[in-house]
Amino acid sequence: MTAEGNAVSIRGVVKSFGGTRVLDDINIDFRAGEVHALVGENGAGKSSVGKIVGGYYSADGGEITVFGERIGRFSPRDALLRGIAMIHQELQLVPELTVAQNVFLGLESHRAGLLVRGEMERFATIEATCDFGLDPRAKVANLRIAERQKVEIMRAIARNARVIIMDEPTSSLTEDEAERLHQLIGRLKSNGVTVIYVSHFLDHILANCDRITVMRDGRVVRTTAVEGETKQSLVDSMLGQASTISWPTLPPAPAETAKPIARMEHVSTDTGLRDISLVVRPGEIVGLIGLVGSGRTEIGRAMFGADPIALGSYEIDGVPQRRLSVTRAVAQGVALVPEDRRKQGLVLTQTTRPNISLATLGGLSRFGLLRRDEEVDRVRAMIEHFGIVPGKVDGEVAFYSGGNQQKVLLSKWAVAKPRLLILDEPSRGVDIGARQRIHEFIVEMAAAGTGILLISSELEEVINLSHRGYLMSEGRIFDEVCCRDLTVDAALNRIFREQSRNHENQETTLQ
Amino acid sequence: MTDTRATMAGGRQAPRFSAASFTREYGVLVIIAALLIGLTFASDSFLTSRNLLNIVNQSAPLAIIACALTLVIIAGGFDLSTGAIFGVASVSAGWIAVNVDPTTAMIAGPLIGVALGLVNGVIITAFNVHSFLVTLATSLVYRGIAILITGGALIPVRIPEFAWLGREKIGMVNVAVIVFVVFMLIMMLLLNRTTFGRRVFAVGGNEEAAILSGIRTKLVRVATFAISGGAAGLAGVITVSRLSMASPQAGAGMELEAIAAVILGGTSIMGGAGAIWRSVSGVLLMALIGNGFNILNVNPFFKDLTTGVIIVVAVALAASKPRR
Repeated sequence: MTAEGNAVSIRGVVKSFGGTRVLDDINIDFRAGEVHALVGENGAGKSSVGKIVGGYYSADGGEITVFGERIGRFSPRDALLRGIAMIHQELQLVPELTVAQNVFLGLESHRAGLLVRGEMERFATIEATCDFGLDPRAKVANLRIAERQKVEIMRAIARNARVIIMDEPTSSLTEDEAERLHQLIGRLKSNGVTVIYVSHFLDHILANCDRITVMRDGRVVRTTAVEGETKQSLVDSMLGQASTISWPTLPPAPAETAKPIARMEHVSTDTGLRDISLVVRPGEIVGLIGLVGSGRTEIGRAMFGADPIALGSYEIDGVPQRRLSVTRAVAQGVALVPEDRRKQGLVLTQTTRPNISLATLGGLSRFGLLRRDEEVDRVRAMIEHFGIVPGKVDGEVAFYSGGNQQKVLLSKWAVAKPRLLILDEPSRGVDIGARQRIHEFIVEMAAAGTGILLISSELEEVINLSHRGYLMSEGRIFDEVCCRDLTVDAALNRIFREQSRNHENQETTLQ
Repeated sequence: MTDTRATMAGGRQAPRFSAASFTREYGVLVIIAALLIGLTFASDSFLTSRNLLNIVNQSAPLAIIACALTLVIIAGGFDLSTGAIFGVASVSAGWIAVNVDPTTAMIAGPLIGVALGLVNGVIITAFNVHSFLVTLATSLVYRGIAILITGGALIPVRIPEFAWLGREKIGMVNVAVIVFVVFMLIMMLLLNRTTFGRRVFAVGGNEEAAILSGIRTKLVRVATFAISGGAAGLAGVITVSRLSMASPQAGAGMELEAIAAVILGGTSIMGGAGAIWRSVSGVLLMALIGNGFNILNVNPFFKDLTTGVIIVVAVALAASKPRR
């Protein structure tokens, strides 16, 4: 089976981490010049396949053939030399260097080791292919995530990569940016580049990929052409059973006269919020609807005491908050599940148990001594409640899949029994099973009387899970809506209209 | 404790890796066991309770410092001032023992250490400067204070009520050993069984996550430095009592020995992971190497060299762990 047209083919690849088998007998052919999607739940092994092809993981067994050549030990450097470049979920750039310096990192124009000019010309050539409009002299630290991703792509192109692995390339992009990325992928493809596209966004995959490999539990379920596949057919094979994408039923919304658990009046912050007024009532799910960068996360952080409030008033349960700190917010029953679970949520050097107890140590102790039995019972209950896998009380969270890490993080706040729960991207990068469980959890909490502020880039998610929503753009709330009557299209249209109204002045002066 | 479980699980599912991961996790114990066996065969005078107790007794001050330093390092900090605090506590305790009262001196030494540690912690957290730089600077200041207190001279402390701490025995066991063991148990309790210990791990493992869990991370970090200072003070008092002499230069270089012991034991210098038993093992391993050189009459020049090589090997082994 040494097909001519294969860029990379892997045969019988297996990989384990600390006794857990993450890949089992993987066979995939990536043809030259195709866009090949890897889909599956989190923990299904799709990122691991990408990392093996990119040389970041070494397979424990099996064969990898790159352009007809069998590969033994493989490092990211070897992979690059053979024309395979990987663009990571967590981008790997040097923040203090410029765009051009990052693009040519390790490929600097030099004569006998001394840097020489000429990089701008080289940059222009690459820019001609990509058409990203990035300033080569801008410092990467000052770029937004979407722009950093473009730098990574340019870096791959600068290396004449013939195979580019993209791990969740659109997860931090707006729809518009994602569209442009897909156009670029089209151009790369017509130049004969193979793109391995690892993603959760089935719509993007169906629209832009040629073939799809579905994975489940570290195995390949099937590899098929995109024609004839639908979202439902992919979901079914990912889960291994027929299932429907469904939303849980919301509990009844509280009366408008109910006393709010949180109220903001004309709040502004140094993080870019302007004149924010909102209320969250007990038992109510309130969504913040807006694009990335519209100030959703900042509202959550201000309500949690993580960022100071510069102007305006904020009340928790009717008590005005001055000089709010996270510690004080937590003491008053506020909880925040942050958007970046690995950087802001979990202590990865620790196991499941201490992670779940972290925010509620006071209640678990007498005179500072931990009540261990009570703690273990509580952790067991959470593992059962959320269906955390593996179900070990002292599991190595660092090696859990995204969905299970998220469940651990939610457990940490579920045991705190918060009165106001702020959820920032609660289902980002998690598999469908975990996602449904998380949605059920949100509804459970609301039914039990917790006020919930829900933040999500997926408009479908916020709209379907919220009673009420605030439409946001550029640090402001521009309208309040009832989510039952709102469609995703309508919400998007309103946001874009608002955005273009704000930009009108700027754009006319620019032109 | 968690390490044990991870290794056992790994051992059960992937027997191929068990030997490697066991050596990685418990490398320091493996080397200690090898040394114990080797030295037992090499010399008749090694494996006697007297010699072994003597080793522990000799290392008690360093071990006390290393135990407390473990907390600092797990919390993501670094303390280069323990040697200098040891010096200040030594001369202060010596002076107080001679001029005021021996019991007061024994209490004052650790308290002065706590105070100096607090100063470290407050500077580090208030100005948000790396602990490495702060404690490097304060170690110079503290050493200067120690010299100022005595005017550079030594203080002889020949007072029986003071000497018992470093010299007496209860039954067969030295008082200093008992003090060390009690201190070690308190540190273990603090780190593994209290809310404070959990916070120490969280602050070192992911400070952002700790902050967003409502933990006052600065307070936790200040506390670790205060404990480290207190331990250095206690170690200073024991040494003065043992030598009947307080020197402003006492403890010079001890901060590096303590750091070496913690690293040798396998506590991560990156913070967030580690254990007290590891640091104690590190101290004992270093003491065993010294004792071995004495017993075998080898040129002591090789002692530092050997210790250094073992540290490099231990750190390299630990670094081969899978990344989190």
